[in-house]
Amino acid sequence: MTLSRSARWLLRGAMALGLAFIYLPLAIVLGNSFNADRTFAWPPVRWTTEWWVRAWDNAGAREALWTSVKAGLGATAIALLLGSLVAFAVQRYRFFGRGTVSLLVVLPIALPGIVTGIALDTAFRSVLAPLGIGKGLFSVIVGHATFCVVVVYNNVLARLGRLGGNLQEASADLGADGWQTFRYVTFPVLRSALLASALLAFGLSFDEIIVTTFTAGPGVQTLPIWIFSNLFRPNQAPVINVVAAVLIVASVVPIYLAQRISDTASGGRL
Amino acid sequence: MLGRSADAAGADTARGPVRRLSAWLHRHAGVRLAALLAAPLFWLVVAYLGALAVLFVSALWTVNGFTGEVVRQPTLVNFRTIAADEVYRTVALRSVGVAAAVTVIDTLIALPMAFYMAKVARPRYRRWLVVAILTPLWASYLVKAYAWRVLLANGGPVDWLLGGPGSGPGYGLTATVLVLAYLWLPYMILPVYAGLERLPDSLLEASADLGARAGRTFRKVVLPVIVPSLIAGSIFTFSLSLGDYITVQIVGGKTQLIGNLVYANIGAANNLPFAAALATIPVLIMVVYLVAVRRSGALEEL
Repeated sequence: MTLSRSARWLLRGAMALGLAFIYLPLAIVLGNSFNADRTFAWPPVRWTTEWWVRAWDNAGAREALWTSVKAGLGATAIALLLGSLVAFAVQRYRFFGRGTVSLLVVLPIALPGIVTGIALDTAFRSVLAPLGIGKGLFSVIVGHATFCVVVVYNNVLARLGRLGGNLQEASADLGADGWQTFRYVTFPVLRSALLASALLAFGLSFDEIIVTTFTAGPGVQTLPIWIFSNLFRPNQAPVINVVAAVLIVASVVPIYLAQRISDTASGGRL
Repeated sequence: MLGRSADAAGADTARGPVRRLSAWLHRHAGVRLAALLAAPLFWLVVAYLGALAVLFVSALWTVNGFTGEVVRQPTLVNFRTIAADEVYRTVALRSVGVAAAVTVIDTLIALPMAFYMAKVARPRYRRWLVVAILTPLWASYLVKAYAWRVLLANGGPVDWLLGGPGSGPGYGLTATVLVLAYLWLPYMILPVYAGLERLPDSLLEASADLGARAGRTFRKVVLPVIVPSLIAGSIFTFSLSLGDYITVQIVGGKTQLIGNLVYANIGAANNLPFAAALATIPVLIMVVYLVAVRRSGALEEL
């Protein structure tokens, strides 16, 4: 479009302001993690690395991090399996209720988290409790997997759609059985889609707090739950701030990986 | 040729059962489909839909105020309480208002940013701008809400910027809208950017050649094309704001939204049926919204 010079400058200014709006709060958390003042009086007068040392030694934070990693890995594994299965079924077959299946997969993430949370809590109470299985890490993994399925489903479905049927037919014509076709033709094409969706699913699970609140058993604390429960304790503030700073810095890792995996920059739609 | 078929024959005897199973499966498409769908459908229909159904049915139950036991007799008393009590109407309207305000703010911020990214920035910078918008999505939700708690604290950076303690908005309704708009902004920018990227530059040039100024081109050419993207973004910003109760606790001061009431009724009040009845409000609003925008093609943009 033939925009006037001033219009271009206005748009450039809007972009710069928008980016500042997005990044300044995060930068201030990073800066505050070195602020020697306990209450984060602004502007900082003295600097320290004491909070980083204390956060490193904090057993609660470490344990919560480990719980989060376990929950994320478990949920990702289940979501990869279930999401791929549904994607194959919807892509390859025409069956009654096909449209409903896609809607069903999207539902857990489309409804407010609190609704999914209460629903799963009710299910655990009425189904698992009579069997003698209490809520624990397992129920967190089940809850997270439920809303992670959609990520895998979307990615795999899109990739299968682009793949088309020709390669499979060629493979069958050359004498491969179904398993060989999957092992040597379909899976290699899907691999990057699976990696990208695994990354997204893990990210979703790692960041989730609402569903976790309702599905975690007593004593099971993921990192977000740990942060939230310590957020309102003034003497924990510096340690929380360091953990927050670490998470901000760590968010570069999945972006880097997504860029490596996918050819486009759309590595993370959700 | 000979060697190849001998190889295949060898593989056949070694992997006989696998090959036979795979041939049998090839002939029975129904069995294949059932094998694919059994586990996921069991999970989603039995575990999730079943739980949702129980939840909505339980909205019709009540809790015995004396024993705290759930009385499983269908009645509309929960919904009547919600309709009659002024508090619930106020909170419901406030929640919708907050969600709408967040959506409008995000649209206003996202439009110029997405337009710059898709049409003004040089192509080789575009990828990096998208990365710059995507990266904060990976920073934890809680961390971002926490960042604003620090920013808006009494005597914090915002107060300092505006000239001394107490001069900023502090914690409250304004802070809630601001922080929710901050949290969901990328969800609006990305679909709008994707929509604008699909809009050919030639259309904009044609419009300019035909004498339209920038404003008219925007209204008559750009806007109609990106309406589905805007709606897709608004589904995120609206629905995510409507269900939120964590941000409100962090920066909202005493402000209450529907989510807080639902949460309070599960926890402290231990009244799951009433919580379920309250939770149907955001679900109904979202379902109405989704049905209303389905025809615009926005759902394919998600």
